[in-house]
Amino acid sequence: MSSNSLLLRIVPPVFAVRRPQRMIERHVVAYRRQWLIIVSGFFEPLFYLLSMRAGLGDLVGTVSVGGVQVPYDRFVAPALMASSAMNGAIFDSTGNVLGRLKYFRLYDAALATPMGPADVAMGEIGWALLRGQLYALSFLVVMWSMGLVGSPWVLMALPACALIGLTFAAVGFAGTTFMRGWQDMDIVTTATMPLFLFSATFFPASSYGSWSWVVQLSPLYHGVALVRAANSGVWTAGVIGHVAVLAGLSLAALALAARRLDVLLRK
Amino acid sequence: MSEALITARNLVKKFGELTAVAGIDVEVRRGEAFGFLGPNGAGKSSTMRMIGCVSPVTSGELRLFGMDPATDGPRIRGRIGVVPQMDTLDTELTVEENLHIYGRFFDIPRAECRRRTKELLAFAQLSERATSVVDNLSGGMKRRLSIARSLINNPELLLLDEPTTGLDPQARHVLWDRLYRLKQDGVTLVLTTHYMDEAEQLCDRLVVMDQGRIVAEGSPRSLIEQHSTREVLELRFPAGRNEEHGPQVEGLGERHEVLPDRILVYARDGEEALAAAHARGLQPESALVRRSSLEDVFLHLTGRTLVD
Repeated sequence: MSSNSLLLRIVPPVFAVRRPQRMIERHVVAYRRQWLIIVSGFFEPLFYLLSMRAGLGDLVGTVSVGGVQVPYDRFVAPALMASSAMNGAIFDSTGNVLGRLKYFRLYDAALATPMGPADVAMGEIGWALLRGQLYALSFLVVMWSMGLVGSPWVLMALPACALIGLTFAAVGFAGTTFMRGWQDMDIVTTATMPLFLFSATFFPASSYGSWSWVVQLSPLYHGVALVRAANSGVWTAGVIGHVAVLAGLSLAALALAARRLDVLLRK
Repeated sequence: MSEALITARNLVKKFGELTAVAGIDVEVRRGEAFGFLGPNGAGKSSTMRMIGCVSPVTSGELRLFGMDPATDGPRIRGRIGVVPQMDTLDTELTVEENLHIYGRFFDIPRAECRRRTKELLAFAQLSERATSVVDNLSGGMKRRLSIARSLINNPELLLLDEPTTGLDPQARHVLWDRLYRLKQDGVTLVLTTHYMDEAEQLCDRLVVMDQGRIVAEGSPRSLIEQHSTREVLELRFPAGRNEEHGPQVEGLGERHEVLPDRILVYARDGEEALAAAHARGLQPESALVRRSSLEDVFLHLTGRTLVD
């Protein structure tokens, strides 16, 4: 056995990524006719932002972020931006993946070519990440036009949202590989709704008192904290921890996703 | 003799406790049309998936183009075409996009993909449907598109799993014609089927599989010569009464098989056997004399029919 083939036996298929961009290329062609579906995903966080600004903002007044008092809409906006990145990534990596995996057999077709499970998984996660990034970018433009941007550092919110997108796309994909059918899609809503509500999105973590540690278990909480830091321009050492949590979770979920695809499709 | 594209030695595939392929030896040479014939569950599809490098070998040895699927899967898959049992066409793409995107999965440059797409649409007689959505195609058209798609990388070896199952007779003949052309062009064909007419039409050589094992091997003609008589007399008695007539046909031919719906008498001369049956006073509802087929070979080898 050559050293090359020995290496291939030892290195798990998870890391054999050669052409994930082909999956993205396929989606670009497929969505050329369905661009409306992509656009629609942008509106939910936008409507939230408008309602918070018009309604709650007047009632709440200001909130303390890193010792600085900020108006409520400026407090909520970065959290909604982080949520939109999460939603974009989750949409694509759950329902769509389930359909392609179990019903349309897209991955079976791809695996009959030189594409491998890792190419498929990475391609899908990359696509979902891109979609999340698109929402984050449009949201940023809306924030800016509404005067909700607090610092030029806000541009750092884009890579932060990319990391959020990566995390949720990978987790969504890995989770979807365990689904039995469409009935399990309800779990996605059940899981993302509390994340959306309790990730210090609408209130600071401190308002949960002695329960605030629970909030920190939410991956979205760490994403929200990053985007909020970017928008305020106030960076603390805590940022490293937030990045580490999201990056660690992404890697673990990526490995699990590719592994599961291998188990499911290469029987 | 031309080079061996596929070599399998004592090839085994197990799913947990279940043994799907129980140690088979196969060799397919360049330019051959090779068939796996057998009923559902005989292990044909499992064998095809191993050859297609999408299913790991449990034990034994498998080589394609001299390479090992375990280590060179992507390289091997780049040189073969696969037509799966169930169409895996991309329903979100049009007919031509299906071909184009599939070509991209093989890293074929875009311009080349466009050129081949046009060529293959003509080959599959789908040029007029180029911009149709896949869902709107008939079963036969989908199958032809699947075959066209499998040819996008100019494969040296084409694997077809039950290529015409579920198609009407006319669509099957169109498909056989396309496959025959590929064979003429020197593409090595490996197909599975449970239709003996398909195997007889397309295969130079085939193996009969049953319960994960190969029970016979040869050309369709030699298999029939070895394992059956020249002709077969089919006698149909009223439903449920075939069994009782079994002993009465003894000696009409070389041997006979009693099936639930008919009795098969194997004889060199079917008409002669029929005359003898009438002479014995047998009065079947209908009688038919035909040439022996692979179905008879299979029945003789396994005691069961191919299509249940």
